[in-house]
Amino acid sequence: MKKTLRNWFAALLLAAPMSMAVAAGGGHYPKVDIDLGDEVGLQRGAQIFTNYCLSCHSASSMRFNRLQDIGLTEDQIKNNMMFTTDKVGDVMLAAMDPADAAKWFGAAPPDLTLIARSRGADYLYAYLRGFYEDPTRPTGWNNTVFDKVGMPHPLWEQQGVKAVELDAKGQPVWEPNEHGVSEPKLYWKTTGLHSRRLPNGNVIEKEYDDYVKDLVAYLVYMGEPAQMQRKQIGYIVMIFLFAVMLPLAYFLKKEYWKDIH
Amino acid sequence: MANHNHTDNEKKSLLGWVDARFPLTKMMKEQVTEYYAPKNFNFWYFFGSLALLVLVIQIVSGIFLTMNYKPDGNLNAYHLPAAFTAVEYIMRDVSGGWIIRYMHSTGASMFFVVVYLHMFRGLVYGSYKKPRELVWVFGSLIFLALMAEAFMGYLLPWGQMSFWGAQVIINLFGAIPVIGPDLSTWIRGDFNVSDVTLNRFFALHVIAVPLVLIGLIVAHLIALHEVGSNNPDGVEIHDNEDENGIPLDGIPFHPYYTVKDVLGVVVFLIVFCAIMFFAPEGGGYFLEAPNFDGANPLKTPAHIAPVWYFTPFYAVLRAIPSFFGTQVWGVLGMGAAVVLIALLPWLDKSPVKSIRYRGPIFKTMLVLFIISFIGLGILGALPATDVRTIFARVFSIIYFAFFLAMPFYTKMDKDRAVPARVTMGTTKQKVMFFVYVAITLIGSYLFAITI
Repeated sequence: MKKTLRNWFAALLLAAPMSMAVAAGGGHYPKVDIDLGDEVGLQRGAQIFTNYCLSCHSASSMRFNRLQDIGLTEDQIKNNMMFTTDKVGDVMLAAMDPADAAKWFGAAPPDLTLIARSRGADYLYAYLRGFYEDPTRPTGWNNTVFDKVGMPHPLWEQQGVKAVELDAKGQPVWEPNEHGVSEPKLYWKTTGLHSRRLPNGNVIEKEYDDYVKDLVAYLVYMGEPAQMQRKQIGYIVMIFLFAVMLPLAYFLKKEYWKDIH
Repeated sequence: MANHNHTDNEKKSLLGWVDARFPLTKMMKEQVTEYYAPKNFNFWYFFGSLALLVLVIQIVSGIFLTMNYKPDGNLNAYHLPAAFTAVEYIMRDVSGGWIIRYMHSTGASMFFVVVYLHMFRGLVYGSYKKPRELVWVFGSLIFLALMAEAFMGYLLPWGQMSFWGAQVIINLFGAIPVIGPDLSTWIRGDFNVSDVTLNRFFALHVIAVPLVLIGLIVAHLIALHEVGSNNPDGVEIHDNEDENGIPLDGIPFHPYYTVKDVLGVVVFLIVFCAIMFFAPEGGGYFLEAPNFDGANPLKTPAHIAPVWYFTPFYAVLRAIPSFFGTQVWGVLGMGAAVVLIALLPWLDKSPVKSIRYRGPIFKTMLVLFIISFIGLGILGALPATDVRTIFARVFSIIYFAFFLAMPFYTKMDKDRAVPARVTMGTTKQKVMFFVYVAITLIGSYLFAITI
């Protein structure tokens, strides 16, 4: 009897992660492992974010001094990350005026505070690695996961430049990949600070991938700065409920009900 | 003499003083300590008190949210809607704000989980049948008010899904002949969902609908305590009373069911806190990813889906094709799907309440109904395809057939004899319960991934 119950329980437990996998679905981008416990990685990501992204994008719900969460001091934040303000309690605003941005790029760059929550880490990781040079675009840049993107590649010096091959008429060449999905045919034009060419001509960009991963980890953190604290408190609450409240309630009920048959 | 007693009581205690002026002890006795409930309540009977708990959670967390939220749909200096950034302000700058906000968002979904299970209990044990018709009708009105409350609350974060979800649902009223377009403009207060709509939805969400909801809950409980609780056997406990008029199968609500409900509350809180602290987005179903983009009237999201608790009714809406040149049939179908629930007491002609003693036809129809309801819920969350539309139509037909054919099949059914006294749950019933739950979960999962 008990065994039957236990088996059913095990089946339910096994089914739980399956349903979560379904719920999380929709993402056809390669999964990226984000480690929010890696404080140094988050700090690197914060530096990349404030040095590159903040030129055009704002994070208008994120305050600079909140970065103390990830182990930075106020002085470090002031000296390395703040270019548009000298008040450490200010929110992160773009160096560029949004009205100008709309004129230059066709649309104002979106606020990035919650970008990881609305798009997901996997998408951002693919997007930031997906830029390629495309001379048919007004900015000269296109993206494999966001065709005809308005944003130029902010990190081309780090990644190097991938470019699309052009046909005789100067149009980009698109070819079906192994899944039959049409993709631009890319080649490496130059390598960057975080990619290098092997003697056989192949390009290794693992270092750039890690660089982007730090940035994406930071974006995930910024989407919900309280998330680490949330889980810490969660463990305490769960322990309290399981170790104190559950036995208390269970035995109280049992005691009161012992005469009811 | 009476006067003498009166002063005596007053001297004795504060309670005596109060009792001479207000029926406190009398009410406690009638409604709690001498309110006799059947002793054979099972798992399904936790959800009434849990719904009350969630209501309290929602009211308390809601009060603290209103202290920091601004129902302002205009763009701020950073080109984001002020209402949208107000939520992020709560999440970041208000002490403990994130916990309050997640409590409220998790609470909204859990309210529907609990209420759906509570309604299901009523359905399987015939709790809507005579003499509890009004309990059921009040309950159905609570469900309706809850849907209005959730719908209006969902607009407040003013994200993309808030905005477009409201846009789609309010436009439904536009399908009503003659008055439709004016009616939807009247609801919005504008020609488009706008700051005006947000302001009135805020007012309705924080005060108007909650007042109605509380009033209905009081009526629901008064009606329940007047007729007494049903139980898994569908036996009236007041048919068997001892010489003092106390039902033989009844036990005082307090302390028996108060301590039992405390256990239910703790188990519920474990589930609630697990979601709130470890998965507040509920896999993208409790808090939807597009809703982390501020509302933008110029940019329609690729796929607009209602929150999970509306999806069964939304699927009915989409399943019904438009004919005679109007789409009003879908809207009527969706409305009917909700209203029919309230009519159950008069649709069910069987003399037997509980599923335990019902005949095979009702049991079959109930299983088909559950499959349809969950199936519609899954389909309503997904973008429509040809195959899905066919499934949604079949499920919708079964959904309506369950209600509309009920007067006929419940009369034909071969019900079993109902015992005179209540029975306590057997081990076999407990095992079968887990079997059914597992079949339901695994079946739903398989359907969701294959469809």
